Amino acid sequence: MPEALRRIRVQCVINGKGVSLEAYPMARLLDVLREEAGLTGTKEGCGEGECGACSIEMDGVLVNSCLVPVLQAEGAVIRTIEGMAGAGQLSAVQQAFLAHGGAQCGICTPGMILAAVNLLSRNAQPTESEIREGLSGNLCRCTGYTKIFESVMEACRLLEVGK
Amino acid sequence: MKDPQIGKAVPRKEGREKVTGSARYVDDLTFPGMIHGVTVRSSIARGRILGIQFGEGIPWDEFTIVTAKDIPGKNCVALLIEDQPCLADQFVNHPEEAVVLLAHADKYLLEEARRAVRIETQPLPPVFTIEDSLARKQVIWVEDNIFKAYQVEKGNVDTAWEAAEFIVEGEYETGAQEQLYIEPQGMIAQAGPGSRVTVWGSLQCPYYVHKALVRLFDLPKEQVRVVQTETGGGFGGKEEYPSMIAGHAALLAWKSGKPVKIVYDRAEDMAATTKRHPSRTRHRTGISRDGKLVAMEIDFTLDGGAYETLSPVVLSRGTIHAAGPYSCPNVRIRSRVVATNAPPHGAFRGFGAPQSVFALERHLDRVAAAVGLTPEELRRRNFIHEGETLAVSQVVREKVQMDKLLDRALELSGYHEKRKRFATENARGPIKLGIGFASFLHGAGFTGSGEEYLASEALVTATREGKVHVLAGSTEMGQGTNTIFAQIAADALGLDCQQIEILQPDTALVPNSGPTVASRTTMIVGKLVESAALSIRKTLQDAGLLKAEYGSKEFQDACCRYIEKFGALQSLVKYQHPQDLHWDDGTYQGDAYGAYAWAVYVAEVSVDTRTAEARVEDFVAVQEVGKVIHPVLAAGQIEGGVAQGIGFALYENIVWQEGRMANGQMTNYIMPTSMDVPNIRVYFEEIPYARGPAGAKGIGELPLDGTAPAIANAIAHATGADVRAVPMTPEKLMELLESVHA
Repeated sequence: MPEALRRIRVQCVINGKGVSLEAYPMARLLDVLREEAGLTGTKEGCGEGECGACSIEMDGVLVNSCLVPVLQAEGAVIRTIEGMAGAGQLSAVQQAFLAHGGAQCGICTPGMILAAVNLLSRNAQPTESEIREGLSGNLCRCTGYTKIFESVMEACRLLEVGK
Repeated sequence: MKDPQIGKAVPRKEGREKVTGSARYVDDLTFPGMIHGVTVRSSIARGRILGIQFGEGIPWDEFTIVTAKDIPGKNCVALLIEDQPCLADQFVNHPEEAVVLLAHADKYLLEEARRAVRIETQPLPPVFTIEDSLARKQVIWVEDNIFKAYQVEKGNVDTAWEAAEFIVEGEYETGAQEQLYIEPQGMIAQAGPGSRVTVWGSLQCPYYVHKALVRLFDLPKEQVRVVQTETGGGFGGKEEYPSMIAGHAALLAWKSGKPVKIVYDRAEDMAATTKRHPSRTRHRTGISRDGKLVAMEIDFTLDGGAYETLSPVVLSRGTIHAAGPYSCPNVRIRSRVVATNAPPHGAFRGFGAPQSVFALERHLDRVAAAVGLTPEELRRRNFIHEGETLAVSQVVREKVQMDKLLDRALELSGYHEKRKRFATENARGPIKLGIGFASFLHGAGFTGSGEEYLASEALVTATREGKVHVLAGSTEMGQGTNTIFAQIAADALGLDCQQIEILQPDTALVPNSGPTVASRTTMIVGKLVESAALSIRKTLQDAGLLKAEYGSKEFQDACCRYIEKFGALQSLVKYQHPQDLHWDDGTYQGDAYGAYAWAVYVAEVSVDTRTAEARVEDFVAVQEVGKVIHPVLAAGQIEGGVAQGIGFALYENIVWQEGRMANGQMTNYIMPTSMDVPNIRVYFEEIPYARGPAGAKGIGELPLDGTAPAIANAIAHATGADVRAVPMTPEKLMELLESVHA
């Protein structure tokens, strides 16, 4: 059997838990997360890295999981939407999206929230144009983005108060 | 009693699931033993099918293979008529027509198998443009390529030209547009001879899918069940095509005896599913010396694609909206939708109106210039008022304040100041600024007698524990149905939204509330929910179980006692058409819609004359939509619609090659990103509509109508370019700019 057709084991940390996943080496991390790890919160919108619905954090970097072959996830620390809310308590970004209409149909929301969280981890007080740029890899067809910007700004306030 | 929930930004009903990633969309579901399905499509636009070849190297005996001959009932996707086959048999009429279905447990092998199937065809000459179709270059539909035509006559246009001081003509075009919901279409089906057919999927209209499956399988209605899963955007794109995918998944499930999932990837979704109808509109307008419209002659044509599908209805709405919110004594509108060998065009938010409104609002700016009036003064002199009649001779009985909306929109956008300032600023430098607007209306609900025909129903029930359930066929796809229904039911019962539960649309449980389209869900179905909830309250009060004033505990006790004494506590309400609304399908005259939303949108643009790129810098949307039920959701509807309108105006260009979309990827079909959309400033005027729930009218489609013409007028103002078409891509604008300077 050619090497590429043999399933491999990949060890990584997903949402704080060490896991061992079995998959073809070139399988998309998106599919492995959804089908092997059962984490269906990460969505597929385009499969070509344009829409950002499949955004996750990998070693602190925001990536499109549809473009990552699973073998690259060996040893990685991964965060998905399922790792955002702790013990039934929504994170500040999630609360803000809920309160300010940042989610409509909800399909871009997991990726958008990951992108927002990643942006705020790098820049706790982004300006509006920094928010626009930070989220420009995540497409939303419902909101026109205005309510998403408001949600991110509200999340900044919540995080500031919570400090 | 609980404080009113209407008018408050209560949390989105299914919001928590959406922000935590636990909401379940169709592709998130798995059934035991489930296999996957794919579609093999035609390779040519028009021709005869000679045979199907299954290539070597694929273990075909492991596959479930379905063709037209496996269909137990009628081979059609039943909608208005039954012209579109579920699977092409003998002939193909567009290049994305489904011919063969395959299913297998291994998705990767399935993809190889799809590529190994070859449809042998004998090509026939196709037709791809409105012009060629009208010229009957090839006759591909009945005798004349025309699916449907309408004629609207008001006054006497032929004799009115004499009174015109000026006559202005123009031709305008709009392109196809992809809905581009971020969740691609998909279905899971379970079926088998002798058992019922059940589908779960991403869809707007459960009962449309139900109707199509009943016909396809020739089954009694109760043997078919359709369940809507969480739906990641629709915008009209999931109005009709889900019936096709549901049919395909169900046929594979029927033959294999296993649950079958079909989820399109983006490329297949963009190529095969419906888009906004391309249009061509011709205007001839007569104006008196004092700037009054004396005659409007409008010729409106849509490209329908290969099958009739919803085109007659799209054409109807486009036709009725073609003359706008103006009073003109003499109007003639002739319209038609023609056949071409492209995949059928279909519903997309606005449903024909964005096309005809674009033409009119762009035309009126040209008329104003020809007459020597400002764009705003021309509109002001012709706006419709209460008691006057629209083009279809509907007397406007609502309070209409177009003047006020215009004043407010111009003031909020700084229109006058900017017009002046840009004139001097544009004299220097390569960046030209412009500001333009559009004034328009949008009818809510089905056209004419449509609502009477639908006869929608909604059911409200209460449990022993005082929980209230709303059962309706109306779907949540992001626009907020669940939350709006909860608010309406809560206020009717004096409860909190949290006590209201909206049941998942499932044709085995919920009544047929009509399709979730046409800006009708809040206004029409919401009213049914309100009436049903009020009747529950009245039932409890009439039974002496509930006082005039009560809290949630008293309500719960009353429900419990009622159910113990009398049994189920529920109210089913059916739509009653208002007696004073009359519509004549023969003459196309009468009350086209029960209510209209009215609006004025202002766009500010910058055009870089070196690259011919236009950007929207500011956007003000002022509208009157009756009572606003939920301020955040309502603003979200407008903002999202304006963003789609910006895409329609500037970016979203479909490249056609032999009837096929050549740029079916998000990489080269460009929708607005967070960098392309300005702050969209939304303002509501609220004039309660007597027949809407708490006074609400429809809102969802409105923003698509006025955005593109406002932007086109702003580009014309910035550059002097005579913009006649959208999308106004840099390539097209560059040509126009060159002709301005030539």
